[in-house]
Amino acid sequence: MLAGAAAAQTMPFVVQGDAIEAPLAGLLGDAARGGAVVRNRESANCLICHSIPDARERFMGDVGPPLEGVGSRLSQGQIRLRVVDPTLLHPASVMPAYHRVEGFTRVDPRFRGRPVLTAQEVEDVVAYLATLR
Amino acid sequence: MKRAAAALLCCMGLAQADGVRPARDFLSPELRAQQDDPSRHPGWLWVDEGEALWRAGERSCQSCHGDVAAMAGVAARYPAVAADGALLNLELRIERCREEQQGAPRFGYESQALLSLTAAIAQRSRGLAMSVPVDGAAAPFLERGREFYATRQGQLNLSCGQCHDENAGRRLRGDVISSGIGTGYPAYRLEWNTLGSLHRRLRACSLGVRAEQLPLGGADYLALELYLAHRARGMPMEAPGIRR
Ligand code: HEC
Ligand code: HEC
Repeated sequence: MLAGAAAAQTMPFVVQGDAIEAPLAGLLGDAARGGAVVRNRESANCLICHSIPDARERFMGDVGPPLEGVGSRLSQGQIRLRVVDPTLLHPASVMPAYHRVEGFTRVDPRFRGRPVLTAQEVEDVVAYLATLR
Repeated sequence: MKRAAAALLCCMGLAQADGVRPARDFLSPELRAQQDDPSRHPGWLWVDEGEALWRAGERSCQSCHGDVAAMAGVAARYPAVAADGALLNLELRIERCREEQQGAPRFGYESQALLSLTAAIAQRSRGLAMSVPVDGAAAPFLERGREFYATRQGQLNLSCGQCHDENAGRRLRGDVISSGIGTGYPAYRLEWNTLGSLHRRLRACSLGVRAEQLPLGGADYLALELYLAHRARGMPMEAPGIRR
């Protein structure tokens, strides 16, 4: 499946099985930067729904599964797909699609036409989650 | 096998309808105690102010309706369709009386005066079961509200029900997600440091999913309020609520 090419701010990708094997735009992820993205309460806001193994983080959600150990449960390609657009896997998924701009309803004008995370941020998040073993 | 599956589906449907729980069930024990105790509940400042406004002026609310105690049960039946076909919630009903009966300018949505009068009237239904009529003229509004509730919205692409049905009881950051029924509004929110309307709370949920924040008192939130009241049927009124 090929998606996203029409939207200027999202990078095209290929889904194989339940994974996106190739890094978006061939970018290299940085785990330290990804850790900051995951903790960012303004943009990605992953911790509103998930917990990570970090005792300094307070008020983490439990709408999604704990991310501890996700790097051993899933390959980087599988994680990439779940961050880019989990509805490709489960159409009814509660988790937002972080690298998609189309098919949404009533988006706040400030966010219209932009993905929550850029391709580089997605790669950074993938690199960080891969370290949670 | 097929029959078993059908029976299961039927029960799942029921479980969902039954899944709605009173808003107070989701509060921390401290907040629940505070909500129950007028002497520790800042919302009562607005109730007192509203009762004073009820009696104020020559053509006071009281001059038509008698003592505010006569308002018992009214808030549990709102929103309601007026004679001219408009859907009115309590706030807009009050604004209409203000213009048509008192010949005075509207207070304005979210004004302290309107919040106070709304709180004073809603408080008279505390503990009573929600029961809004949704047939006849209300039916199209109910459908509009139901559709809004079920639509995934915003950049984060979530419907109301994905949080308030599928994930009620779970933690979203520091909040426990409730059934989202609005029976405690107007509510004193610690985050606001003041009393606020249900529509102000709805704007917060819209913002949370990065969807358009719609106008206070506008048609979409009004229809949604009717649907929420219908989901809340049988649940006790809690206004003025107290919330994080
Ligand atoms: C609104 C809730 C919500 C938010 C916000 C959210 N997730 Fe999720 N996430 C879920 C749910 C629910 C699942 C379970 C699978 C599903 O429903 O699709 C999940 C599953 C996952 C999985 C697969 C975990 C596994 O063990 O299979 C990963 C990886 C993941 N999320 C990462 C993230 C990252 C990274 C972010 C932020 C950039 C994020 N999530 C934000 C709700 C959320
Ligand atoms: C991403 C999750 C999420 C979505 C989507 C969401 N809400 Fe909420 N909502 C919350 C949280 C968290 C609260 C605060 C805790 C609580 O009372 O449920 C809340 C509070 C409320 C309340 C106040 C409940 C009370 O008793 O104080 C109402 C009513 C409500 N939401 C309705 C809605 C409606 C209607 C929609 C859709 C337009 C919606 N919500 C979308 C998470 C969400």
